[in-house]
Amino acid sequence: MKANKSRRSFLKNISFATASALALSSCELKSLDKFFQKNFRTLSKKEIDQMIKELEEDYQTKYGKEFHVSAKPATDQTLFGYALDISRCIGCRRCVYACVEENNQSRDPQIHWIQVLQMEKEKGVDFAHSDVHYNPEKVPEEGHFYLPVQCQQCRNPQCTTVCPVKATWQEPDGIVVVDYNWCIGCRYCMAACPYGARHFNWAEPNVPADKINTETHYLGNRPRLKGVVEKCTFCIQRVREGRYPACVEVCPVGARKFGNLLDPESEIRYILENKRVLVLKQELNTQPKFYYFFGV
Amino acid sequence: MTKKTNIPTNRKLHSPDKAEGFQVQRSFPQLVLLLLCATLIFSCHRKESAYNKNVLPNQAIKDTLKSTEYAVEAPPLTEGIFPCSDCHSELEPNPERRTLDWHEEITGIFDHDSENRWCLDCHDLENRDSLRLASGKLLNFKESYKLCGQCHGEKLRDWKVGVHGKRTGEWNGEKEYLLCVHCHNPHAPKFESLTPEPPPVRQEDIQ
Repeated sequence: MKANKSRRSFLKNISFATASALALSSCELKSLDKFFQKNFRTLSKKEIDQMIKELEEDYQTKYGKEFHVSAKPATDQTLFGYALDISRCIGCRRCVYACVEENNQSRDPQIHWIQVLQMEKEKGVDFAHSDVHYNPEKVPEEGHFYLPVQCQQCRNPQCTTVCPVKATWQEPDGIVVVDYNWCIGCRYCMAACPYGARHFNWAEPNVPADKINTETHYLGNRPRLKGVVEKCTFCIQRVREGRYPACVEVCPVGARKFGNLLDPESEIRYILENKRVLVLKQELNTQPKFYYFFGV
Repeated sequence: MTKKTNIPTNRKLHSPDKAEGFQVQRSFPQLVLLLLCATLIFSCHRKESAYNKNVLPNQAIKDTLKSTEYAVEAPPLTEGIFPCSDCHSELEPNPERRTLDWHEEITGIFDHDSENRWCLDCHDLENRDSLRLASGKLLNFKESYKLCGQCHGEKLRDWKVGVHGKRTGEWNGEKEYLLCVHCHNPHAPKFESLTPEPPPVRQEDIQ
């Protein structure tokens, strides 16, 4: 075989090698791997384990703490449902901040997954005249009631159907989740959600290392990236372990109820069968699994 | 004379011979009826004596079987106040309704149908370490929800199924209940208003 020793081929080869070296030197092999990572739902068990190991190492380097990232799948015969007693809620916002702490939401810029709306009793459920910035000395205020709004975990979620890359979907136990590594940040889902339940990381999320929750789930509260969308996951890292969501545990008036809709003995089923229940924006046919009820 | 003749006649009527003769003539259904009546009377008396035994004063406080259904957190008694008998055993029990010159921390805030009720509607006169139902039955502080449920039956029903109040634990496993008194002061049960956590940052304030 005759070797091509022309000046033209030499220049071609040398420029190709330089370009490749330059391209590769700017990013490590690990980042390249991440760039080519597949959608979470298409990963094998081995790939998931490997990815989680790497994530745990990354978070440990960043926050100086040992992290646990779970990828526990949904349990069979489970469909999570939530009920909130409007007649009990006093609008103290304990749930908002318990959620921030549990789910590692960015402190600055601030992200809240729960919005507590103050409404006038005379007007009823009226979003146009609701106030999220109320700040009296004591709550509840005379003549008002409170309506906390978070992801309604719809059975027919519009946010997932509009996602152009399928980075968000409904899990078998009914929780709508986001793969932060797959999300391209187009924010279509935010436009599609009629409840304003999705939030965008406009800047690098900022959580102080001493405040970070190290018990995380890949599809839930693990530290997020700049430019991705996040939302309430019913505290997926807790509920898949059998625990109650953080907002349920913290509520001082016991207005928040959580359970398995497929279990006829659960408190959530009791509420649906015995109390006056409503869902928000029923006319949109999103079919939320988040119910509001009147306990009295 | 008439008296004398009458007496034996009466005696004859109640004589055992006559009575035996009467019983022999009874039919089988009558006997069954008699037996049923006897059983009924016996069971009623037994029930009554058991009831009396339960409501008699100075009885030991018994946890009813049903109380084990609900795992509750320990009642939030003020530190150092229990057992009440530490002080009350030396005091003469006085059942007369009056304004106390003691327990100012309670009398000062008491607002629980105060017009019609006072201490001994819920606390027992004889056994100060126990609560007392309207029936007179004594009740452990751990079961105070039964006392509340006497008037607030609808709330008790909702509490039992986990709708009123708060349960902690696991959504599909063991649950622990908070007693009514963990959230409501039994002497002034209206839920106190709270200072809200700070509102979210306004959009125009985000840098």
